[in-house]
Amino acid sequence: MRVNFTVNGRPQQADDVWEGESLLYVLRERLGLPGSKNACEQGECGSCTVRLDGVPVCSCLVAAGQAEGREVVTVEGLAEYARLRARDSGDADGACGTSLDEAKGWRADGADAQTGEGAGLSPVQQAFIDAGAVQCGFCTPGLLVAADEMLERNPDPSDADIREALSGNLCRCTGYEKIMDAVRLAAARQSEGV
Amino acid sequence: MDFLRPASWEEALAAKAEHPTAVPIAGGTDVMVEINFDHRRPDYLMDLTRIGELSAWEVGQDTVRLGASVPYATIMERLRPELPGLALASHTVASPQIRNRGGVGGNLGTASPAGDAHPALLAAGAEVEVESVRGSRRIPIDDFYTGVKRNALAPDELIRAVHIDKADGPQQYSKVGTRNAMVIAVCAFGLALHPGTRTVRTGIGSAAPTPIRARAAEDFLNAALEEGGFWDNGKIITPSVAKRFADLCAAACNPIDDVRGTASYRRHAVGVMARRTLTWTWESYRGAHRTTEGVA
Repeated sequence: MRVNFTVNGRPQQADDVWEGESLLYVLRERLGLPGSKNACEQGECGSCTVRLDGVPVCSCLVAAGQAEGREVVTVEGLAEYARLRARDSGDADGACGTSLDEAKGWRADGADAQTGEGAGLSPVQQAFIDAGAVQCGFCTPGLLVAADEMLERNPDPSDADIREALSGNLCRCTGYEKIMDAVRLAAARQSEGV
Repeated sequence: MDFLRPASWEEALAAKAEHPTAVPIAGGTDVMVEINFDHRRPDYLMDLTRIGELSAWEVGQDTVRLGASVPYATIMERLRPELPGLALASHTVASPQIRNRGGVGGNLGTASPAGDAHPALLAAGAEVEVESVRGSRRIPIDDFYTGVKRNALAPDELIRAVHIDKADGPQQYSKVGTRNAMVIAVCAFGLALHPGTRTVRTGIGSAAPTPIRARAAEDFLNAALEEGGFWDNGKIITPSVAKRFADLCAAACNPIDDVRGTASYRRHAVGVMARRTLTWTWESYRGAHRTTEGVA
């Protein structure tokens, strides 16, 4: 079947989608957006977290057909999403968003991004780099999407708030402390308007 | 596989009548796991997320009509005063991502003995509104669970809503697992005080082939509370009464040994949770009782 939906602000169309296929599979294998990671395929690990109509969900548990007509934001579009949010336009027209090619060509360019400005990273991505919250990196995309959504909802989170918001994202490298540092850093920068 | 996409409830009922084997999918948190792991290959997958009314709820005089697809996150955030037990249970479901998608309709449809909502529904008192092209009926929650992952639905029926009695007293929910997030219950316990009818209701999860009430324990406690005038005098529940209640709750279990825990551990833990939730709810009732007396 064919599925039409919006990914990172751009309308997309996926063809020959099997009816039992997950949104995650469509994103990775049909649209060439491998930022959302495929690990447990049962909603345990959170590494496939995306925003579906603004709501963080495990894309492995969304049937592709359920995304028809919906808006999806993946980690590839997170910087743009955050930029638009910061601009607080709220009127993203068709020209906005991240194109597939741009998204595929996305690179975390930490060297140029020390200031956190204009380097194609969202504040939460920059904070993860600055705090050393990325080790093997597999869980990172899901954590970024989840953390970014929490900071949007709750700009001044307690440690308990952060832990709860990230409780659906497993990391086997860091022990979570650096991730906590990163989210605290992102929250602090956000409140200072950096 | 065919993907059915009904735009309305009536269309969904017609599709289910035509294809009784169609598997309804809403949050997908059970169904997609089975499909991803190749445990299930339904001929028809029927997406219910286009049907807006399933994600709506109405707070009535005595009950809340909860649409089958209202996500757990919404129950936690919006319905805590009316459905405190279910809100607590919802908070123990998996993770934010799962709570944003999953709802009580799916829990009932799957009817796993480990479903987190069941003990809260049993304790609060609820009816499941199901419908087919043949008509609509309400199934009392006590008659809904018929076996391991089996429920009272006919093949052509869909779950539309759950009518849950609004709390008329304190409610509590407790769940045993290895950590707070992302665990299937080793066992779970829900308890609701109903001062209006001077009764206590219970719900036990993951400790029998189906979610169950501990009826003998309820009968014992109801009689003991009545006999001692507890509802009126608001005294602390006698430890021997609480212990007997806990023992009877443990005795109501019919658990198995599995990877999550042994049968004897489950029985023990249910007894502990029964005593604790009774203490918590009763303290809360006594607090309210004293406040009311002070005002009078």
